[in-house]
Amino acid sequence: MSDPAYLSLEKLRLSYGDTVAVEGLDLAIGKGELVALLGPSGCGKTTTMRAIAGLLSPIGGTIRLDGADITRVAANKRQIGLVFQSYALFPHLTVFDNVAFGLKLKGITGNALREKVEAGLKSVGLANYAARKPPELSGGQQQRVALARSMVMEPKVLLLDEPLSNLDARLRLDMRTELQRVQAETGVTMIFVTHDQAEALALADRIVVMRDGRIEQIGTPEDIYNRPVSRFVADFVGFENVYAVRDGALHAEKGRVPFTGTLPPVAGLAFRPRHVELGAGPLSGIVRGVSFAGGTREYVLEAAFGMVKAEADAALPAWSLGEAIAFDLPLAHAAPLERD
Amino acid sequence: MSTRFPLTLVLWLVIVFLIGPFLIIVAASFSAGETLAFPPQGFSLRWIFKVFTVESFRESFVTSMILAVGGTLVALVLGIPAAYAMSRYRLPFSETVRTVVSAPVIVPGIIVGLALLRYFVVPVGIPITLALFLAHTALVLPYAVRVVSASLANLRSDIEEAAVLLGSSRLGAFFRVVLPNIRGGILSAFILGFVTSFNQVPVSLFLSGPGIRTLPIDMLGYMEIVFDPSIAALSALLAFLSMGIVLMAERFLGFSRYV
Repeated sequence: MSDPAYLSLEKLRLSYGDTVAVEGLDLAIGKGELVALLGPSGCGKTTTMRAIAGLLSPIGGTIRLDGADITRVAANKRQIGLVFQSYALFPHLTVFDNVAFGLKLKGITGNALREKVEAGLKSVGLANYAARKPPELSGGQQQRVALARSMVMEPKVLLLDEPLSNLDARLRLDMRTELQRVQAETGVTMIFVTHDQAEALALADRIVVMRDGRIEQIGTPEDIYNRPVSRFVADFVGFENVYAVRDGALHAEKGRVPFTGTLPPVAGLAFRPRHVELGAGPLSGIVRGVSFAGGTREYVLEAAFGMVKAEADAALPAWSLGEAIAFDLPLAHAAPLERD
Repeated sequence: MSTRFPLTLVLWLVIVFLIGPFLIIVAASFSAGETLAFPPQGFSLRWIFKVFTVESFRESFVTSMILAVGGTLVALVLGIPAAYAMSRYRLPFSETVRTVVSAPVIVPGIIVGLALLRYFVVPVGIPITLALFLAHTALVLPYAVRVVSASLANLRSDIEEAAVLLGSSRLGAFFRVVLPNIRGGILSAFILGFVTSFNQVPVSLFLSGPGIRTLPIDMLGYMEIVFDPSIAALSALLAFLSMGIVLMAERFLGFSRYV
């Protein structure tokens, strides 16, 4: 990461129809980085990606790539690749011609063309599929063709739209490995858009969490997972129990949490279900839900201040529905939130 | 069986009424007699050969071919971009354009013909040949737009974006990626337009005159003067031509998908 701002978005404003989808976005991405844009649908992540690709003109702000202002550069001159969520292969062309499409436009012909296309297909394990048409391939194969088609162009940045969401569980793992390998071998800068936190955590060097057209938090997967800055990010990465801190007290949806002790000077505290200690403690609740999840058992407790989600080792004896249990929210495990 | 009986009856009635007249015409064209009659008197191929010797049939056939091929091509050149624009962009007047474009299908041909003659050809004074050509183009346009629209609807627009990101221009993407994928629709629209134009009577009736007439109009005129079986022979030949084209289209394009 020699160049900390290989691709930079400065005060980017984007509109989708009449509504402003992205407002004042600032983001710098280093060369060779693998960045995830993470957020729920409608947060502006796809719109941002389309603007980077040049498929959407910003209504304000600047996009720089490799030292040049590309804000007004046409999409076909940007040297940015995009693997579409639907793969967008050309159905009338063979796999070979799909991969050759961009190379031919660059003026590459004959042996040079064949070698590049074959190398591209080989690198995604589809060397024997050159003569097939896209509809004859499985979803996973189509996606690898789309990846090869973008990568043979040696793009400066490769964008991927929800790269794992259309694949089943086993193929997801394959594709994840595939993307990491491509990234390691070519050192291409990759940005992918996802609504799935697990996907972002597993794959990215850095995660940009977006909400309502703004950046909510930027950080490494560890930062995002362990140190969310706000209730929104905490919710998104699996902190099921999030409480606001006001006037030195902990507030839940239905009232104060009867918490004894001094609270840190933060806006909120978030607890993962597995950090809730069951069986002893100053708080109490009634078991309203219990489900077996393999290694653990998940509980929903009804306390006076609201619902609490908890988890316990499945090897421990189970509490049953309607039973009252004592529990604790240990401060040591809480993630402090800067913003509610 | 009892529940299927009425259905079978209807089916046979349809066959009798649709195919029956056609079979009579075909049979009559092999007649050896001097007048159009059924059952045919004797058997001969003389009327079929005679069709090719009638000068006016040859001329009006060429006119009809030019109108059908040329009119349909012009309709496609106008209709493909129109269909493309309506399918890809939210345009303010999309619905209006769609309605105007399909008007010639909804309005009876006799009214279209009269209107064109009375309010277009006569006052504006454009040549009747040009009027006939424009009328045929307008008649075919709805088919061109509708059939091409149907095939564009099945084509995802992100493949155009993919082509652009691989270095193609927007226009280049249209030719490299969109056109090849709607080829079937375009060919179907062409065939449908061709057949529509070729068999058109009411509009052509108003816009034919001395020196220019389409084949169906010429046939009407011929029948008023001569009543020999050559008219049946020509009708049968044209019916087979149309059927042949449609069957081939179905065989190679899956024509019925688009129409």
